[in-house]
Formats: sequence, C-alpha cells, structure tokens
Amino acid sequence: MSEHLTEDAPPAQPIVDARHLQHHETTVQPMMEHDITDGGPDMVQFVDGDGNRLETTEANAPYAKIVEDMTSEDARSMYRDLVLVRRVDAEGFALQRQGELGLWPSLLGQEAAQVGAGRAMRPQDYAFPGYREHGVAWCRGVPPENLLGIFRGVNHGGWDSNANNFHLYTIVIGNQMLHATGYAMGVQRDGKVGTGDPDRDTAVMAFTGDGGTAQGDYNEALVFASVSNAPLVFFVQNNQWAISEPNYKQFRIPPYLRARGFGFPGVRVDGNDVLAVYAVTKAALDAARAGQGPTLIEAFTYRMGAHTTSDDPTKYRPAAELDIWKEKDPIKRMRGFMETKGHADASFFEQIDAEADELAARIRKACQEMPDPDLRTMFDHTYAEEHPVIEAEKAEFSAYLDSFEEAGR
Amino acid sequence: MARMISYREAINEALALEMRRDPSVIVMGEDNAGGASAGSPGEEDAWGGVLGVTKGLYGEFPDRVLDTPISESAFIGAAVGAATAGLRPVAELMFIDFMGVCFDQIFNQAAKFRYMFGGKAVTPVVIRTMYGAGLRAAAQHSQVLYPLFTHIPGLKVVVPSNPYEAKGLLIQAIRDDDPVIFCEHKALYDMQGDVPEGAYVIPFGEANVVRDGDDVTIVALGRMVSYASEAAEELAGTGVDAEIIDPRTTSPLDTETIIESVERTGRLVVVDESNPRCSVARDISAIVAEEAFGALKAPIQVVTAPHTPVPFSDVLEDLYIPSTQDIVNAVKTATDWKR
Repeated sequence: MSEHLTEDAPPAQPIVDARHLQHHETTVQPMMEHDITDGGPDMVQFVDGDGNRLETTEANAPYAKIVEDMTSEDARSMYRDLVLVRRVDAEGFALQRQGELGLWPSLLGQEAAQVGAGRAMRPQDYAFPGYREHGVAWCRGVPPENLLGIFRGVNHGGWDSNANNFHLYTIVIGNQMLHATGYAMGVQRDGKVGTGDPDRDTAVMAFTGDGGTAQGDYNEALVFASVSNAPLVFFVQNNQWAISEPNYKQFRIPPYLRARGFGFPGVRVDGNDVLAVYAVTKAALDAARAGQGPTLIEAFTYRMGAHTTSDDPTKYRPAAELDIWKEKDPIKRMRGFMETKGHADASFFEQIDAEADELAARIRKACQEMPDPDLRTMFDHTYAEEHPVIEAEKAEFSAYLDSFEEAGR
Repeated sequence: MARMISYREAINEALALEMRRDPSVIVMGEDNAGGASAGSPGEEDAWGGVLGVTKGLYGEFPDRVLDTPISESAFIGAAVGAATAGLRPVAELMFIDFMGVCFDQIFNQAAKFRYMFGGKAVTPVVIRTMYGAGLRAAAQHSQVLYPLFTHIPGLKVVVPSNPYEAKGLLIQAIRDDDPVIFCEHKALYDMQGDVPEGAYVIPFGEANVVRDGDDVTIVALGRMVSYASEAAEELAGTGVDAEIIDPRTTSPLDTETIIESVERTGRLVVVDESNPRCSVARDISAIVAEEAFGALKAPIQVVTAPHTPVPFSDVLEDLYIPSTQDIVNAVKTATDWKR
C-alpha cells in the first residue's frame, strides 16, 4: 500500500495546487483548463488506450508486482468478465427499450472499474453497491437474470445478499456508504481483521459515484470509517457526470485527494484499465483486512450512456467527450494488451464472443418469461407480522378478485 | 381566447414571471440547468432538469439558477437560510422521497423559525418537488407524502391538479412569507390546460369547486381530481350528480367549502393517492364527521392507495393507484347505503 497513515508517517504533501484555489473567488465557474478526459500524473495506469504496457511511474510502481504476478489465465478470465458484463448491460438496455423492464441504469464504459474491483475481492469480503454495479454483481456470482428481475419489478430486490456477500442495490444516492461502514465496524468486532488468516480476515467495499461524494451520508461514512479504522474500501467510480452535472459542479478537489482530509489514503486509478483497477483494489483490500484501515479509490472513467434509460445525454453533454473516451475503451484496451503479450489467440476471442451471444439469448429469454407477480403479493413484505390495516385491505381485495373468478364460472 | 399549455410549462412560466418581477427570487437544486460550459450540446441550460421543468431559466437568469451538488440537506438548508436573509428561494427537490435526506432542515428549521424567534424571522422559501405513482419508478421515487408536511405547523402545502392551478398557486407560493411545500404530480407534467399569459395568484385555503352536484360530494387531491371528474361523468349517466371539490392546498385547508357542500349533498367521498393512515383523506373525513355529522346520510367513503410501499411491477403499480372505478364504487356505496 502506498501510504497508509501511521503515527510516524511523514507529513502529508500539499494536496491543493493554486489551480484549484484561484476559482474560489467566483461561485460557479467551469474549470475550463481541466481536460476531463485526463486523469493526471497521480493516476495509476498500466495499459494505455492501445493496449501497450506502460513504463513504471511513481504512481503505478507500488502496484507493479501485483500486475506482474498475474498469469495469462488471469488475463483471459478478466477479459471474459469484461465482455460478458458488457453484454448483460446491452441486453438490459435493449429489454427496457422493448418495454420488458421499467428502467435500466447502464454501466457502459465502466466495465473495467467494476470487474477490476469485483475480481480483487475474496469470498468473505462484502460489497455494498449503488444501482449501477452490474459488473461487481457478476464477479460476486449474482445471476444476471436477478438484476433484470429487479428492474422488471418482479423479484423484490433481486437476490439474497448473504448468498454472495453482495448487498441489495441502494437507490437513494450515497446511503450505502453508511451501511458499509456499519458492516465494516461489525467485522472488526467479530475479530475478523488482522488475524493473518487469509480465509478469515475480511474487508468491505462501498461503491458510489462522483455525484455521491457530495452527500452528507458519504462524508459521514468517511468520518466514521476513519475514526474506527474500519476494514473498508470506498470505491468511487468517477464517470464525470452526475446525471446532467459535470464534476466541477460536484467538487473542486477530486475524491482521491479528499480522502487524506478524512485521515486515510486515496488513490486515483485509470478506471478503464482493468489491470490497474484490480491491482489498486487488491492492495487496498489487503491493507484493510490486515487492520490498516480504509482506503478511498477513485476510478477515473466515463459513463458512455445515459444516467438511466430515463434521460438523453445528448441533450446536456458534448459529443466530443464521447469520441475521446471511445478511444479509451476498456475492452479494446485489454484485448490489445493480450494480443501484444500473447495471452490469447484469435480463437479465444471468438469463443468469448460466442459465449456472450449465448448468455444474451439466455437472459433475454429468462427475462421475457418472468411472470407478472400474483396481484395479492402487493401486500407482502410490508411488515414482519400481520398488520390490521393490511389484513383488512388484503381480505377486501381477495374477495374482489374472487368475485371475478366466480363470475367467470 | 384559450391558450393551452402544459402543467410543466405553466410551472416554468410562473418561475420566469416571478424571477422577472422580483430579483430576490432564485432557483436552486440538482440538474436545474444541466450541462457544462460552452459549446452545444452540453452547454448550460440545455436540459432543464430530469423532467425539463426549469428549462430556459438559466439562459435568462444565469446568476439566479444554481445547479447544486447532490446534497439535499445542503441545498434545502441553504435555501431556508437564504430565505431568512431576504431572498425568496425556490428549491427543487427532484423527488419528494428525497425529503428523507433533508427533513430536519424543513420541519425543525424552516417550519419553526417564525415561531421560535417570536415572529422576527420570516422564511419565504418554496420547495418544489415531484410526487406520485405511475411512472414505474418504484418505492423510493413514487411516494405521495404531502400528508407528512400537512401535519407540521408552520408549513403550507400545495397540491395543484392542473396547469391553471399550478401557475397561480406557484406564484402565490413564491410571494407567500411562509415556507411552502409545492407538490407537483409527475404524471401531470404533460397535462394541457387553458392558462392566462400574465401573472395571477390563487389564494391558499380556497378550494375550487370543479363540478357542481347535489347527490354526493367528492373531495379529490392532485392527480385524483381528473380521476374524480371521469368518475362523475360516468355517474351522471346513472343519474348520480356528483359535486367535486379540489382543496388545492392541504394546509391551510378550506373546510368551509367542503362542509357547506356535504350539508347539501349528505354524502362524502374523499380521494387521496397517499397511503390511508393519517392521510389528508382521513383528516377531511374526521373534520366533516365533527362539523357536519347531522347532515350525513351515509358513512364517509375514503379512496386511497393501500397501506404498502409503491410496488415496482407495472401490474401491481396499476393496481396500487386509486382508479376511476374505485371512485365510482365508493360513490355507489354511499348512494346505495341504507340505514
């Protein structure tokens, strides 16, 4: 880990350059000199947009060994995840457009951030997602059909959180950061931190986006995690846009730099470089499990699609940005890297594409065949026990439905 | 000459007119302008919010339309503070459900400043927010929560049912010296109606008698007013003449108009899209039972959503929302009732 704070840690480097300060005179002023497609020199990156392995830099050096230890099989397996996750997402979008789903929040462009993070977790670790973390869900083993079931409104939240240590999706922005913090504090009290047993030591991951970093819940979670030294990795996917608001309307200091103010390290990683995300997340999770406290990872990426199927990003976002980010595509990049390194041949890529086709057909069919819920289930799960108002409503409603059945005889 | 515009346009027009009239009126919230910097598309104001209600305002008032970070507690609190300091902020809380994130600023702060500071503080803030089921937005984006605010002394609560009402009530809300929760039903934004071009106000606490009738009084709120009108047309075919009252504001509530009507018709049906317990429907029922008991020829009927969260599934959501048929059935129960 690059810089976990201890009592004898060196004083923090200045984290604010004058460029950030000069705008404080005005209230809202676009930071025009900032190229939002450039993550800057602090960003950990191992593979460039064309798939070339980059030289060692100050930023990526602490993580280089993790990448070097990865095998061809690891690379192929991660590539497979990237392609299949993108395909699941594409099907979700199409199914919404065809009226099969109520809504779909697309992760297009964020596959590497999510797969890199998800793959770095161990089975006993626990993830707290927002609502766009389909790639993390995939890595945790949540069947993609269950994701579709949520957005079809038919499966009451989708899955058993404890089956895959993947919490249910959280819709209101930022709430899950506190849930994750509470869970991580529980992990500490269960004695599952710093024992040295790789199957016992546990870390927690909390996912949100750039917009989420403004919420009170988010900032309160960072304070709690810090003071309790919780085994927690905050994973912020900075996809540049909070619905229609760009980064400069959300913060002046990027999330990874703010982490130090809360008392723990922050790292910016190229969110479209799956190897870099994996390496940085693995290091942060290892530190958390070892009892070294939280880390904040900012995955610098881009939301290629809409916020959700409810909005049209061409109305508020310049097309030029999209063109630049297309060149940074995480799948194209990983494939270029694998071809250059000889990790896979053409038949491998064909095989993965074929597997994606099969997966797409399978989940489409599953989605279309999901039955509408029985009308009487509207009353279920409101309370643990019978509630008099609901029981009365349910009885009245059942009698009403039964009257149709009797009339139909 | 009728001028038909949408509920969305009527709200936008009210904001624009008041911003022109009064430089202390500002608009703030998430995605109110949208977009970034120069160059189109992507320029500021290209979008105007998730439902386009504030579109165009930034272009005319660039210093008075603020896109805020996603921090409801912060921008609602800031709007409340700005109101005490002389501005008339109109804060947009995207979905009424997000009240959960910022409720302290509303019910402990905005609602109580005047009282706790002995009348020395005024808080002329308007919180515009969209509510209601019907858009497949699930349990945390579909609630009908105006009863919560109606319960709290110090707040005024507005539930406009059509474009004309929306414009006049919003202008009144902005000019009002108390905090106002302005609840816009998201399924009404495309509703068309005849709306005058200039500014006009609709006073709070004055119900609108939408339809005259002698057999039954239907009190309906927000989107339910349209449903009640449809039900009344159907009932007219069966010889039942329904009077429809739209209270327009739940706090203050025009009890006088409601009681006068029930004293004439002898029957009351209240239609409220919210959950039933402690709802405005139950509040109105209790007031009528207290004030006009002797006039009642049948038990008061209440039509509400069930006591459950709003389901996501389309078939369940359709069932959840009170329907025209539910209103017709409730009226029939009242008119058929025999002692």
